[in-house]
Amino acid sequence: MLPALTTLLVCQALGEAIVRLAGLPVPGPVLGMLILFVWLVRRGEVPEPLARTSAGLLENLSLLFVPAGTGVVLYLDLIASEWTAIVAALVVSTIATILVTAFVMSRLGPRG
Amino acid sequence: MKDELFQLWVYLSATPLAGLTATLVAYQIGTAIYRRSASNPIANPVLIAVVLLSLLLWTTGTPYRVYFEGAQFVHFLLGPATVALAVPLYRHFATIRKSAFAIAVSILAGSLTAILTSVGTAWLLGASKQTLLSLAPKSVTTPVAMGIAELIGGLPSLTAALVILTGILGAILATWTLNAAGIKDWRARGLGVGVAAHGIGTARAFQVNELAGAFASLAMGLNALATAILVPLLIRLLW
Repeated sequence: MLPALTTLLVCQALGEAIVRLAGLPVPGPVLGMLILFVWLVRRGEVPEPLARTSAGLLENLSLLFVPAGTGVVLYLDLIASEWTAIVAALVVSTIATILVTAFVMSRLGPRG
Repeated sequence: MKDELFQLWVYLSATPLAGLTATLVAYQIGTAIYRRSASNPIANPVLIAVVLLSLLLWTTGTPYRVYFEGAQFVHFLLGPATVALAVPLYRHFATIRKSAFAIAVSILAGSLTAILTSVGTAWLLGASKQTLLSLAPKSVTTPVAMGIAELIGGLPSLTAALVILTGILGAILATWTLNAAGIKDWRARGLGVGVAAHGIGTARAFQVNELAGAFASLAMGLNALATAILVPLLIRLLW
């Protein structure tokens, strides 16, 4: 687990460093994901410990959003002041986005 | 006895242990309810945990800042977990490469839809300019969304809250929406959830189907890029 966690953190740190140095509009971890991806493609396989650690992290991915999610309580007043517009915008936009993306993909993508 | 309990509470609430433990316990309760409901999307574990923790903070009068001192250890893992998304992406690389063009067009269409329908709906209902600008980047992962909001003059903290709400909403609505539209392909379903509801939607996609999860991660990453470019451009055009 430790070597795998080190790999993940090194990729994230590289991502953060490049984003800051180059002033890119993406977050460091997203670039870190790309770095790890390129490394895996060059290597041609996923090392067993990395496979296990990443599976463990991704199985509990929802948990990681809980602290930030609880922060919503700080903005309830702000949201409450325009709640009809905000709730309607979120619901309409979320449904429309899911449908448009999935529809275009199912039309253009290969069958099967 | 009551006094001792109070002393104990004073001690516990001053260390990161309380916030961390409360987060894990609340999430376990959320997961247990989610499982018992046979993975019904409305029993979203993030939503349940957030409601429980908010009630706990409110009843004990604990400031969010104090809670976060403990919860930050969980929050920190979001970075390495995002990097770890490279593993399922690599496993499905052959499938992704086969439909690279379709994926690019779908994500671009979804990204535009997310921005225009959210700002459009709120504008029709008379939302303030600040709310409109804070809503525009709501479908992408929190750090990118906050950066975009800041750049265009929105309120980054409001954007962060809207991003989380969008994610929970997407995780709840995706299964019904896609079933109602008769879209069965896991690749298309994953892309839809990933574009609309970033990491929280991706987490839900992984719970339902691994291939959908891989496509959702890809969509989340590419949509962050697309939205970071599209939102400032559209704002300049519209205002």
